[in-house]
Amino acid sequence: MTRRQIHLAAHFPGVNNTTVWTDPSAGSQIDFSSFEHFARTAERGFFDYLFLAEGLRLREHRRQLHDLDVAGRPNTLAILTALAAVTEHIGLVGTLNTTFNEPYELARQLGTLDLLSNGRAGWNAVTSSDAFHGANFRRGGYLDHADRYVRAAEFAALSKALWSSWRDDAIEADAETGEFLRADAIERVRHESRLFDVDAVFDVPRSPQGRPAIVQAGDSPDGRDFATQHADVIFSLHTAFDDAQQFYRDVKGRLAANGRDEDSLKILPAATFVLGDTADEARERSREIALAQVRPQTAITYLEQIWNRDLSGYDADGPLPDVEPDTGVETAQGFAGRHAAIRARVGQLREQAVAENLSIRELVIRLTATHTFVGTPEHVASEIDRYVQERATDGFTVVGHVTPHGLDEFTDKVVPLLQERGSYRRSYDEGATLHDLLGLPPVPANAGAR
Amino acid sequence: MPDRIHLAVALDGAGWHPAAWREPTARPTELTSAAYWRALARTADGAGLVLATIEDALSLGGRSFEPDAETRRDRARGRLDAVLLASFLAPATRRIGLVPTATTTHPEPFHLATGLQTLDHVSGGRAGVRLVAGSTAQERRNFGRRTDGPAGLPASGRVEDDPALLAAFREAGEVADVIRRLADSWEDDAIVRDLDSGKFLDRERVHNVEFEGEFFSITGASIVPRSPQGQPLITALAHQTVPYRFAAEHADLVFVTPADATAVGGILGDLDGGDDLRVFADLLVLVEDSRAEAEAVWARLQERAPLTTDARVVVGTAADVVDEIRALAAAGVDGVRLRPARLPADLDAIADRVVPAAAAAGILLPDDGSPTLRERLGLPRLASRYARQEVGA
Ligand SMILES: Cc1cc2nc3c(=O)[nH]c(=O)nc-3n(C[C@@H](O)[C@H](O)[C@H](O)COP(=O)(O)O)c2cc1C
Repeated sequence: MTRRQIHLAAHFPGVNNTTVWTDPSAGSQIDFSSFEHFARTAERGFFDYLFLAEGLRLREHRRQLHDLDVAGRPNTLAILTALAAVTEHIGLVGTLNTTFNEPYELARQLGTLDLLSNGRAGWNAVTSSDAFHGANFRRGGYLDHADRYVRAAEFAALSKALWSSWRDDAIEADAETGEFLRADAIERVRHESRLFDVDAVFDVPRSPQGRPAIVQAGDSPDGRDFATQHADVIFSLHTAFDDAQQFYRDVKGRLAANGRDEDSLKILPAATFVLGDTADEARERSREIALAQVRPQTAITYLEQIWNRDLSGYDADGPLPDVEPDTGVETAQGFAGRHAAIRARVGQLREQAVAENLSIRELVIRLTATHTFVGTPEHVASEIDRYVQERATDGFTVVGHVTPHGLDEFTDKVVPLLQERGSYRRSYDEGATLHDLLGLPPVPANAGAR
Repeated sequence: MPDRIHLAVALDGAGWHPAAWREPTARPTELTSAAYWRALARTADGAGLVLATIEDALSLGGRSFEPDAETRRDRARGRLDAVLLASFLAPATRRIGLVPTATTTHPEPFHLATGLQTLDHVSGGRAGVRLVAGSTAQERRNFGRRTDGPAGLPASGRVEDDPALLAAFREAGEVADVIRRLADSWEDDAIVRDLDSGKFLDRERVHNVEFEGEFFSITGASIVPRSPQGQPLITALAHQTVPYRFAAEHADLVFVTPADATAVGGILGDLDGGDDLRVFADLLVLVEDSRAEAEAVWARLQERAPLTTDARVVVGTAADVVDEIRALAAAGVDGVRLRPARLPADLDAIADRVVPAAAAAGILLPDDGSPTLRERLGLPRLASRYARQEVGA
């Protein structure tokens, strides 16, 4: 029997405390050479795609710029397009917001990336929207949670219509007759709704992929519905085996209602890893990395975000603060639920800390720096394989903790073992698109033109 | 000693002549392919040209106000986003400045600004942009966000006679302003990676831009740390008073279209740009080994689709082009941007014949090895405005 094939994506570490910039080997998160190294490593490891998160405003903490973690990143589309020039096979997937972009422009930019990369583009469509980010955009403000996914779904549908509006053979370029475009080469795309009023003629030809692959990363019921309707991949946070299996069944189970089969949607949770020559060594390294990820100041800052108070007087190695969180004025309508939620969260954290006898720092390590896979390369490879063979995931979105070399060790040590198990590719097929790499069904050609 | 100037090239589709795609040297089915653009960029880079502009528009018919622009089938159609195309070309080139076109009406200025900063990072300080004000009706329908806007040039042909065009230029001014502010928002040394204090960032050296304009507002700092040039090079094409004013106020480099060398003096006077504005004259060129050959090709092209153009046209040999360049240089421009009638044919001719001939004639500024496009053009690297304010405070 052939084994289920593992799909791997490589996440360039972002701006939170997963990235250990204090590591002596840590490099720039901006220089193109960092991205190039990362991309080449991922390509050497035959990953399906490399993946970039998006942040549209610098993070703030108590109304000041957050200064402890890595800050600053390139524009997602521009860096991916530059990477298209120095890679040959790997997919290039960027996180791009549906609230602070317009479909014609974003579809055009993704279409550009798809053509320049010969069909390797992907789009992680996120809906995150709040007034804080909105303050950097013409649109301004924010969208209600409910409307965000309405906009996202229409945005995706409209983008798909634009990407398929050109016939594959639209360009005739007959020098004799002077006909550049065939008759009916391009369909007009009309979309009128409460949120959009678009009457477009797209100007980017169809790519070999048909359209970019679509990734989704929200976890709400609306988010899951969006995924089962429009996405090719889900980037989930469900990494514990049983939880992952449950999520997998839930989401895959919803596909049939949308006329889709199980293989048309891949689930690739985020995974961190720490390797060692022995299990003990790996555990020790994991511990060291966690301490570097959660420095005392980081731990206090993390709690300050929940408590909404200055907690700088507390000892990170001591017990949780005995003050109550500042939930602001409760009379404001609609905020009562949030106040209760903050108090409940604080209560929960206190219980956990007491039950497990955890200091502030140890608690924050539990919450933010628990590594998904810790062990020898053999152990990590067999765990990844188990998840995939037993249908808890279709693979993982792997993220290292150091920029840009964090993926090197995984690629050198784990990938060969996955290959030996017969669960992972040993080469790229020439001319494979990202859809092909992901094992997705091909995108149908423009039906209107046939 | 003759006046020495820079040479640049304007890249667009199959070239600037609408019938160029029908020439035997054209590659009309590859106009949106990686291989085509990589080859063009490498030729321009290898020729030692100071910069290449890349045209763009946000609709199939380009920026044409003709009603049938979207439906006619006899013109080369299909485009790539120019800012992204420039990012793609950056790793494939070494010296040439990359100056994509960007429309100021529809795109989010924040995305545009961070895209250009990233282009500057990936190219090692070779990023620029040509800003284009206003939108066509079809561009507005493509976006579906704004219905108001210019309907074309007014009967007088003058921008100042159309309130919608004037507004578009004010908006373009705001976009130029926030591109510069966002580029300044991180001081050069904002990333400190200080192990002792545990701080990655010195938050005192990153500044929210707090921009409030007539058309949009932007609050925060850029997400991109300061790039090699500090600010990307801002350029514009200008033919008349309002665009001249826009260029003088907001651009580092302006492309102008003198009918001939004698018209240059008047334009320079009208521009009134000061020492830190570079002025490049545009020439549309078709180059063959002999004047007769060039004229025969031109006649064939014109018969198929007559060209209407704002720029002076030179049809002839490399020597003919160099004569024009020499005259423009003597008239006081800082550079000449050549618009190849046919791509890749006339770009190849520029690289193989025009540039060497201009160099031999001593009218070309040699590449002095300055690391960034700004420096190569003799423009200063601007300190962050926010850093200056602090020093003065
Ligand atoms: C694993 C994961 C990664 C995410 N990465 C980003 C990101 O990089 N940028 C962003 O704006 N939102 C990100 N999000 C949030 C959005 O995907 C999501 O749209 C938002 O949380 C609202 O959707 P929801 O309510 O369905 O979760 C991420 C979410 C998850 C689960």
